[in-house]
Amino acid sequence: MLILTRKLDESIVINENIKISIVEIIGDSVKLGIDAPKSVKIYRSEVLEAIKRENEQAKFTPAILPQLPKLQDKI
Amino acid sequence: MKIKTKVFGEIEIDEKQKIFFPDGILGMEEFKNFAILDSENRPFFYLQSLDDCDLDWVLISPEFFRDDYTLDVQESELAELGLEVGVDTELLVFAIVFFPPIENVIYANLQAPVVINKLKGLGRQCVSINPKWKLRHNIMEELEKKGIK
Repeated sequence: MLILTRKLDESIVINENIKISIVEIIGDSVKLGIDAPKSVKIYRSEVLEAIKRENEQAKFTPAILPQLPKLQDKI
Repeated sequence: MKIKTKVFGEIEIDEKQKIFFPDGILGMEEFKNFAILDSENRPFFYLQSLDDCDLDWVLISPEFFRDDYTLDVQESELAELGLEVGVDTELLVFAIVFFPPIENVIYANLQAPVVINKLKGLGRQCVSINPKWKLRHNIMEELEKKGIK
């Protein structure tokens, strides 16, 4: 992994068209500003990890079948 | 075409029902071909993998329990679904449903909706940028709130 040290208001550029700036540092939080083309998808890592775990847990198992009719009387 | 499904065994579907997910479902990116199947229990649907018949999720339409649902995702994600600026395209939006094995509740994932461009047969699990939409919405509770309104 490449590791760079940056100060407040400094930035890095990735692939000539993605610029990540250090906007604010408060305690242990660092606020990043990201300038990127509209085609770039940006995520918080822990959000993606949580979604992956949820997808894994939510996979269909036959035990779910008896639970499916539950909502029908609510329609 | 004939497909193998987890719930219905071997069934016949129309070629048009096939949906290609170029990036798969988060955490299971290697499976890219799916079909949306009606369940015998409205309002649920199945997201059945065509690559592995054992891989299947239950889906629900977010509007079923949230009138105020809006699809809030990055433009770059919608671009992956072949949306073109100025061209009106109807998107189908579903939430993956989670039935915890012990608790007597049903959750729907509105943070990571499954979005489908039916016209192009393209699908993608997107990530909401609106913090209002969570990983777990208790469907029964939401329905009760909806009833009170």
